[in-house]
Amino acid sequence: MEVPVTLNGSPKTLVVEPADTLFSVLRQLGLYGVKHGCEDGSCGTCAVILDGKVVNSCTLLAVQADGKRITTIEGLGTRERLHPLQAAFVEAGAVQCGYCTPARILAVKALLDENDHPTEADIRDAMSGVLCRCTGYVKPLEAAMRVVNGKGVPGNAQNV
Amino acid sequence: MPKTYNDPDQMLKMSAHPEGLRPDQFRVVGRSVPHVDAVKLSLGKPAYTDDFTLPGMLHAKILHSPHAHARIKRIDVSRARALPGVHAVLTHHDIKPVRFTTAGQSHPLPSPLDSLVLDSKVRFVGDRVAAVAAATEEVAEHALALVEVEYEVLPTVLNPRDALKVGAPILHDETDCSGIQGSFIPQRNIAAHMEADAGDLAGGYSKAHRVIEGEYRVPQVQHVALEPHVCISYWDEDDRLVIRSATQVPFHVRRILAPVLGLPERRIRVIKPRLGGGFGGKQEILIEDLCAYLTMETGKPVRLEYSRDEEFMAARSRHPQILSFKTGVSREGTITAMTLKLLSSTGAYGSHALTVQANTGSKSLALYRCANLRFEMDVVYTNLPPAGAMRGYGGPQGLFALEVHMDEIARAVGLDPIEFRRRNWMKVGDTFALAEALGEGRKGFSNPLRSTGLAECVGRGAKLIGWERRRDPGWHVVPDRPYVRRGIGMAALIHGSGIPGIDMGGAYLKMNDDGSFNLTFGATDLGTGADTVLAQIAAEVLGCRVDDIQVYAADTDLTPFDKGAYASSTTFVSGGAVKKTAEKVAGMIKDVAGRMLDRDPAGLHLADGQVIAPDGTCTTLREVALESLHVRDQHQIQAAESHMSQMYAPPFAAQFAQVEVDTQTGEVRVDRLVFGIDCGQPINPAGVEGQVDGGLAMSLGYALCEEMLFDEHGSLLNGNLGDYHIFRGNEMPVIERFIVSARDPSGPFGAKAAAEIAVDGVAPAVVNAIYDATGACLHEIPATPERVWRALKERSA
Repeated sequence: MEVPVTLNGSPKTLVVEPADTLFSVLRQLGLYGVKHGCEDGSCGTCAVILDGKVVNSCTLLAVQADGKRITTIEGLGTRERLHPLQAAFVEAGAVQCGYCTPARILAVKALLDENDHPTEADIRDAMSGVLCRCTGYVKPLEAAMRVVNGKGVPGNAQNV
Repeated sequence: MPKTYNDPDQMLKMSAHPEGLRPDQFRVVGRSVPHVDAVKLSLGKPAYTDDFTLPGMLHAKILHSPHAHARIKRIDVSRARALPGVHAVLTHHDIKPVRFTTAGQSHPLPSPLDSLVLDSKVRFVGDRVAAVAAATEEVAEHALALVEVEYEVLPTVLNPRDALKVGAPILHDETDCSGIQGSFIPQRNIAAHMEADAGDLAGGYSKAHRVIEGEYRVPQVQHVALEPHVCISYWDEDDRLVIRSATQVPFHVRRILAPVLGLPERRIRVIKPRLGGGFGGKQEILIEDLCAYLTMETGKPVRLEYSRDEEFMAARSRHPQILSFKTGVSREGTITAMTLKLLSSTGAYGSHALTVQANTGSKSLALYRCANLRFEMDVVYTNLPPAGAMRGYGGPQGLFALEVHMDEIARAVGLDPIEFRRRNWMKVGDTFALAEALGEGRKGFSNPLRSTGLAECVGRGAKLIGWERRRDPGWHVVPDRPYVRRGIGMAALIHGSGIPGIDMGGAYLKMNDDGSFNLTFGATDLGTGADTVLAQIAAEVLGCRVDDIQVYAADTDLTPFDKGAYASSTTFVSGGAVKKTAEKVAGMIKDVAGRMLDRDPAGLHLADGQVIAPDGTCTTLREVALESLHVRDQHQIQAAESHMSQMYAPPFAAQFAQVEVDTQTGEVRVDRLVFGIDCGQPINPAGVEGQVDGGLAMSLGYALCEEMLFDEHGSLLNGNLGDYHIFRGNEMPVIERFIVSARDPSGPFGAKAAAEIAVDGVAPAVVNAIYDATGACLHEIPATPERVWRALKERSA
């Protein structure tokens, strides 16, 4: 089956089997920032942004992305030009094992795209769908708040 | 054994700065530099084991046992093998029966050799029955369904006390398992037994004014690393077997697997890519053996990854224990004698059975000074998923029991819990009386304590939490919520910095044309920040930036040996190796620069990427590199060193918790956690804080909700992330943490460990806080609403 989508800002036709999850299709495309942590949507490490909403790609069929905009972590910054959230996570020491980092950054990005001035509680809630067992939740929250309070790297955002 | 390791001069050299700088003058060490891998991980770069593929790679799946105890009478894989796309199906008929242990530890192995790659007997629900390699995961799954197995179901034993009874079903009745003589008694289901004594126990109890006894229980819990166990194996062009694995112990994997696979070590290469957490669960040869066997069988690359269901059902877990403490205490509140009797279930296999439980003894009996000690332990086989190494390694179990017990003793002798602890805790110059007896399956090393910041951790923590409010009855009541009570509790904590006399790490450093360095080592960063910490140590010595150090780890072909990431050893042990290596390289740099500048090398120092003479003459590292590689007396500036320490340099910590208890429902809410850690010199303070934050979140689960629950057939009831709850970000209490730096002369720049101690204390602090709030004393965790409610009923009865 052919599924047209906008993937990280560019039009793309996914060639998929009916039972393929969006998760497996994205990883087969080499988008390894999408992580496997469970298979039932409970850990959140496979999260991507689909038409502005954070979704767990492991519980979505690829065909459900038909015509939609998909953003993965690969669609944010580059090494030379980190997204402010990526820069803040690095600077704040919010990346330890890093396995949940892409999903956590995407979860905050989706919130910030909708709400310029979220409260700390809003951010905690936005990140609550992504489990962490390593870094704890203090430094990721600090990193996100740095960006909200304008202490992140300015003028570096890329909207995709 | 080289004598120098115990030499005080050598030891002081380890903590000293090579340029003679004081800790407040350190340039890289002690600074919260960003982690060296943070950028790539924030970008989602393909860093982890599974972010990799090879042409023709097969996908493997395991058939797990539905029975807790059974013999495989007949197994027919003909239909599975006939399925198109299936390349191999393995059963016990296809495997050379070599007993090994899945526990990744140093030689000689302290854990019993009681496992086969595939066995004709299964011992827990989830044990291996068969394995398939196929073109796709779907075909592999389908093939599993076509394997026909006929079982002879055997009686099971799930409770460790039942397992010790005469006539209990025997799990390891095979004749080819083996273990440490006198400790391993499989015919009685004992995976490890130990007894150890120090001083005059009877005399100690006879001097006691009170003898307090208590029995405490801790549950079996899971690591829940977000990255599951995953492995990719393949033959390289030299017909050597490459195992790319999410492992904490690449060198142990190679050594332990060699006889199992029937290949010499030299034909095996283990590569550890980036790890997505491990917490001890990857100090285990959990799937590498099967993956490798399937590559050997098919000749093809094979990928084997656990699902989350398999992680819960068939990975490893923290040993559940029943701990009985008996403590004599004088009228003045000093401990006169102490006994710990410990019964633990290791599940179906004895992975880390001896050493985890011995470590429970060596943590919980060391914290308070007492010359008269007895420790007894039995670690028994049951038909449950195996336990193994898990962050804290026996510490959380022992320190939960000990620290609840200490509060009970303080109440019995009428002392404030902090004051009682202060009178007894270990002080500089003290030795741990059982240190020699509780080695890792061999004689341990006994050394006096040289540093402790425990008093400061407790003092500052008490201020932060508002300890004095415990004495205010009004504070314990919550306005407008008549059934809610507030309370504060604490726990004092000790952990280790590597295993003295056993753990060894190696490092290699070379200088490049541009004045940068490649630093390689066998230590494994599983999210702990090890790569960063080790780069900082090298940069501090070499007078350069962390960015000038390229880290590569770990690979059994390309990096020096390291025992791996466990026992909080990386900073202390591997860091020692990196420091020595960098000091050697610094000496070589000075030799070249001295000749270039016509100055005495001994007078030069390294700073800001330059080599500087006392008169200000200088050259750059880049110029030194070019000179040495291309211009005169050409040679590679490089060095390799290794480090082992017999020293006892435990980190200390104080954990405080403030809770609210609903006395009608038994629900406990933790509002605040305060944690003070003495890790000696913090190499990267933000990294220490991150280790603490993650540790407290994990430890809070141990305190309140995490527990593997089984039905009467030994099937796991809550084997998914919905039913087995780990704390989410929006459920966490306020965390306040601080670092105390009681530098130890045996650690690099005075550093001690930081990684494990944060999982040791939330449970006892919370349980002690529940007592302060309600007067109900729990002897079992997790403190679920039901357990708290029952304890409240018991108290009012």
